[in-house]
Amino acid sequence: MNNSTSLVAELPVAGVAAEPATRLPTDWKTNAMQARVRRRYRSERMFRMLGLGAVALSAAFLAFLLLTMVGNGWRGFMRTEIQLPVDFPRSSLILDPAALKGFNAKAALASADIEGTTVEAANAAFGAGGARMLSDGGWLSVRDAIAEDPSILSGKADIWVPASTGIDLAAKADADPASEAAYARLKRAGAVRTSFNLAFLGGADATDPSVVGIWGAFKGSLLTMLVTLVLAFPVGVLSALYLEEYAPRNRWTDLIEVSINNLAAVPSIIFGLLGLAVFLNVMHMPRSAPIVGGLTLALMTMPVIVIAGRNAIKSVPPSIRDAALGIGASRVQVVFHHVLPLALPGILTGTIIGMARALGETAPLLMIGMRAFVATPPGGLTAPSSVLPVQIFLWSDEVSRGFVEKTSAAIIVLLAFLLAMNGVAIYLRNKFEQRW
Amino acid sequence: MNETTLNDLAGRQHAAPDRPKMTARNVNVFYGQNQAIKDVSIEVGMNNVTAFIGPSGCGKSTFLRTLNRMNDTVASARVEGEITLDGDDIYSSGMDVVQLRARVGMVFQKPNPFPKSIYENVAYGPRIHGLASGKAALDQIVEKSLRRAGLWDEVKDRLTDSGTALSGGQQQRLCIARAIAVDPEVILMDEPCSALDPIATAKIEELIHELRGRYAIVIVTHNMQQAARVSQRTAFFHLGNLVEYGDTSEIFTNPREMRTKDYITGRYG
Repeated sequence: MNNSTSLVAELPVAGVAAEPATRLPTDWKTNAMQARVRRRYRSERMFRMLGLGAVALSAAFLAFLLLTMVGNGWRGFMRTEIQLPVDFPRSSLILDPAALKGFNAKAALASADIEGTTVEAANAAFGAGGARMLSDGGWLSVRDAIAEDPSILSGKADIWVPASTGIDLAAKADADPASEAAYARLKRAGAVRTSFNLAFLGGADATDPSVVGIWGAFKGSLLTMLVTLVLAFPVGVLSALYLEEYAPRNRWTDLIEVSINNLAAVPSIIFGLLGLAVFLNVMHMPRSAPIVGGLTLALMTMPVIVIAGRNAIKSVPPSIRDAALGIGASRVQVVFHHVLPLALPGILTGTIIGMARALGETAPLLMIGMRAFVATPPGGLTAPSSVLPVQIFLWSDEVSRGFVEKTSAAIIVLLAFLLAMNGVAIYLRNKFEQRW
Repeated sequence: MNETTLNDLAGRQHAAPDRPKMTARNVNVFYGQNQAIKDVSIEVGMNNVTAFIGPSGCGKSTFLRTLNRMNDTVASARVEGEITLDGDDIYSSGMDVVQLRARVGMVFQKPNPFPKSIYENVAYGPRIHGLASGKAALDQIVEKSLRRAGLWDEVKDRLTDSGTALSGGQQQRLCIARAIAVDPEVILMDEPCSALDPIATAKIEELIHELRGRYAIVIVTHNMQQAARVSQRTAFFHLGNLVEYGDTSEIFTNPREMRTKDYITGRYG
């Protein structure tokens, strides 16, 4: 290094670009200029209208969907009931009211032929074939009435019993002429009413649309989502953190990144086949169980969470990491005290998207046997179960017309589930969002 | 002046500070194939302010970041040579990088408070290092640090407000308070005033003056007047080389090197 070197010598000579001497001042008022301004305003207006149109179109689609679903579906939440007069002392029912007081009440009720008594009473009240005006599960209302108040066994009682699908349809919309006539007769007699169908919210699948319930599928979805969230969220977030904060940049991490991106794009039915092959055939887990559904959907959801998580972690400014490292925080402390809290809103957004997709997923669950007819709500993670989208798929495939409104009602329940899930996630996201 | 030990590459003798706190010997820093720092040897003294000046891209910030191993986070960065803190090699395997950074604190170019409350910003360091036993002790550290950073009177009534809600100058003083809360021995400042207005800058400079008695301070700056105002020793970097290092008064009035003179007089850079 030469002592006498001057820095100035290293500088390029600052040449002054030759300015054309005769440059006229720009005239902003020429026609060409004015036209350019008008064109700019026009394109701006056009863009705004296009954007507004796009938003309006999607809002219209959403409104159409909601209106059709609610229009068809509200009837699914209502049911028609018939007032059935039962004369217990004269019926063939052998049931001692005293037996219903002890802890053997259930057994006593179960052993009595309440179904036969109900049929008898219906035929007596509405003439031959009157029993067909009641739902297949109508006698259950009679049983419940007895269980609630055993004293009715000593006399005559009027019990509201769910009507058959034919009467139900006649009450709500249109039905076959025989049902319409029967409904008209009942209505004249004042022996028919429409009430909120609590049984729909509490029951499970059935063959008769007038007694089906959504609770079985709802609980199945709840358990499945729980398994999915518990597996996919921590694994996804930890993978994203490791890949962003720790993993060295080399060919292996590139390969992993490409694989994860591809995994997120794999059609869901492939995951179903994977679940069938691995969880059912190799690991011999129970068929149709929420745990298997959850595992399969977790495989599908995890890449979405990883990708969203990595993007959220990437968007945490490096200056925050510097700040924490600069006062002697360890890598783990930097990640868990600063990076993760700041990235959490973004991670939760990705999780919402992934979970919403998983909730609506049908195909992979069909592959692992969740299309079975399950008439009781699942008792646990390993019990056979249905889920909401599969239930919708099954009901929409039914022949009986009574299932049409039930399908719509199930869709409303699924949408409500989705809204509730997203609501919780958005609440959490806002809670963790920090102001800069 | 105490003419001592250190011979640099060119074989000239640089005046060493009275009590060397950190010493760098023949340090080279590479980013991949690029050499950012070329054979730099320097001593940083206790209880005074050392300024690193030089044109953009000359490596002064890179060199500053090697002093508390912040370059460790850059995967392609490689450091050769020896840097010691109180005689201990900071790049040896026996040196814990977390403790090193607690002893050699850093203030960055852009104020970067955590998006947490003012109190939490200052309390974070003492908390992770377990420097305070109990809430009262922590409160005391926070108050003392904010007082030393000259921020206490402005924020004492709103310690729970977000640190990011402060003005730029206040944020930078908060960052200084955060750095001194862990009781470091050396404070590295990487252009701490480049994002601030002149009034905030004056406050920071005043603060540096007051902190000088307690810590060894190294400040990187683009602003020559600032270097002249706040530092006792000045090092001029150019293209990864340490061109000249000496007493600030001497560097600014009677530089030995032509390049230093060109830079200082504004003919370059």
